[in-house]
Amino acid sequence: MNRQKTVSALLTALSVLLALIWLAPLYWLVMTALTKTTFNMSFFPSSPFTFENIQYVWHAVPFGQYYLNTIILVVVTFLIQFLTSTMAAYSLAFLNFRGKALVIVVIFMQIIIPNDVLIIPNYLTLSEIGLIDTKFGIMIPFLGSAMAIFLLRQHFKTVPRAFGEAAKIDGANLWQIIWRVYMPCAKPAYMSFAVISVSYHWNNYLWPLIVTRSPQNRPLTVGLAIFAKSKEADMQWSNVCAATLIIILPLLLAFFIMQRHFMNSFVSAGIKE
Amino acid sequence: MTRNAAARRRKEALQGWMLLLPALAIMLVFTVYPVFRSLYLSLFKYRMGKVPEWIGLGNYEQLFSNSTFWKVMRNTVVFALMTVLPSMALGLMLALLVNRRGRHIGFIRSSFFYPSVMPMIAIASVWMFIYMARNGLFDQLLISLGLEPMNVLSNKDTVLPAMAVMYDWKEAGYLMIFFLSGIQSISQDVTEAAAIDGATGWKTFRYITLPLLAPTTLFVSTIAFTNCFKLADQVIIMTEGAPNNASTLLLYYIYQQGFTNMNYGRSSALTVIMLALLMVVSLPRFFSQDRKIHYN
Repeated sequence: MNRQKTVSALLTALSVLLALIWLAPLYWLVMTALTKTTFNMSFFPSSPFTFENIQYVWHAVPFGQYYLNTIILVVVTFLIQFLTSTMAAYSLAFLNFRGKALVIVVIFMQIIIPNDVLIIPNYLTLSEIGLIDTKFGIMIPFLGSAMAIFLLRQHFKTVPRAFGEAAKIDGANLWQIIWRVYMPCAKPAYMSFAVISVSYHWNNYLWPLIVTRSPQNRPLTVGLAIFAKSKEADMQWSNVCAATLIIILPLLLAFFIMQRHFMNSFVSAGIKE
Repeated sequence: MTRNAAARRRKEALQGWMLLLPALAIMLVFTVYPVFRSLYLSLFKYRMGKVPEWIGLGNYEQLFSNSTFWKVMRNTVVFALMTVLPSMALGLMLALLVNRRGRHIGFIRSSFFYPSVMPMIAIASVWMFIYMARNGLFDQLLISLGLEPMNVLSNKDTVLPAMAVMYDWKEAGYLMIFFLSGIQSISQDVTEAAAIDGATGWKTFRYITLPLLAPTTLFVSTIAFTNCFKLADQVIIMTEGAPNNASTLLLYYIYQQGFTNMNYGRSSALTVIMLALLMVVSLPRFFSQDRKIHYN
């Protein structure tokens, strides 16, 4: 029994040590962003606490605009995905028609092929339909989400059929059945899908980089990359850290508040879009 | 009555397709069509602003006789070797470590997982300073130990390993949660039975946990491969392929050929090669029993 206790204590110590190693870059990032710039980089920044770096970066880069852009992108993408995926999931879960198997093939294709791999042909398509440098152009490839459809379909299927039929007998139409019966039952699936969609689009970089040309449409990630690679940022670790902190803070806070929920969402979706 | 049934079926089919239409249209235009378009365009000599000219397999022949292409393929494979297995091993190890109850276990799990909710672009911006020459945290550590600074991002032998370390740090926590859910779905009865039979920790892991985790492991390997192929953000931020293409990965090469050199024919051929790679690493998804566990 004693030996077991020792092993358990050692394992705890090991996991705490590893957790500290994992947290080290975040610690350094936050400390460097919030202390006065020094001549040499230090792992334990000890210069006085300050908001100067944050203030400087906030004014040097149009982060206000970028924030707005990212929020618009994330919210509108999610709302449209919410509608299209709910409809598609209901259809695949309950309606019988020929050609369904083919739709499943298309869904699997999207699960296997990450959007970033198709940047060349999708860029060409986007320029042909005139959506380069628009917010809608950034969103459009994601408005039909295989991950969301799959997740919702699986959840809808666990709802007893009698619920839907009872509503039908009471005279509810299709929309009312989906809205009143199936959506409330699939709440956990919607929550998971929201977490994944929002984190993906908040963090997405390559596609928005290719699509956008102007600050009016650039999301935070693209803005950060431009700043991190600019001359002003060269060797300016405090400023780059401040800029990084500005863009990661909302999602990171949300994550630390709802850790369990975030991790479960990623497991239940099984994929990042 | 039968006519009625037929009409009802038709109505159901119509309703089914109408509900699918918006999502399906997007998926067809932005996932299915681009796959075929890449195949088609890869057969043309096609630069921006020029008329495409049919050259058959010309793009592929040019690539296959180009040493940079082979360097990129080598980098991509080497990077996959340095990331997939290590991040899976780390992920499994972390999952075993945090598969306990305790007051702080949630916080410890989160410390491993939080890099997954940060954009790669932010992570790379921070790690650039860790890896920076002389003044960077890593070189400072070396100097304080009396060693020579390495300036890892400028050396062709260390640039990929340096990126791989950063990547494994980011990815291990993500893979951890899949292993954790796999471990927790193994019935307690099995491990208890093993304990009664006198199996110790290591033996239980080796002969019970690990074999029962096989489907999860297969599934995780697909995710790990796909994720490592689909990332170019860190290359764009940290090195742009330097030094001398030592850190150019396939997706970055696609991006560079398409958007810097404006060579759509060649970058389409590279896209086709990427798609072939993704097909190969996704095969387990179709044979895996575990599909049920993770997709339901």
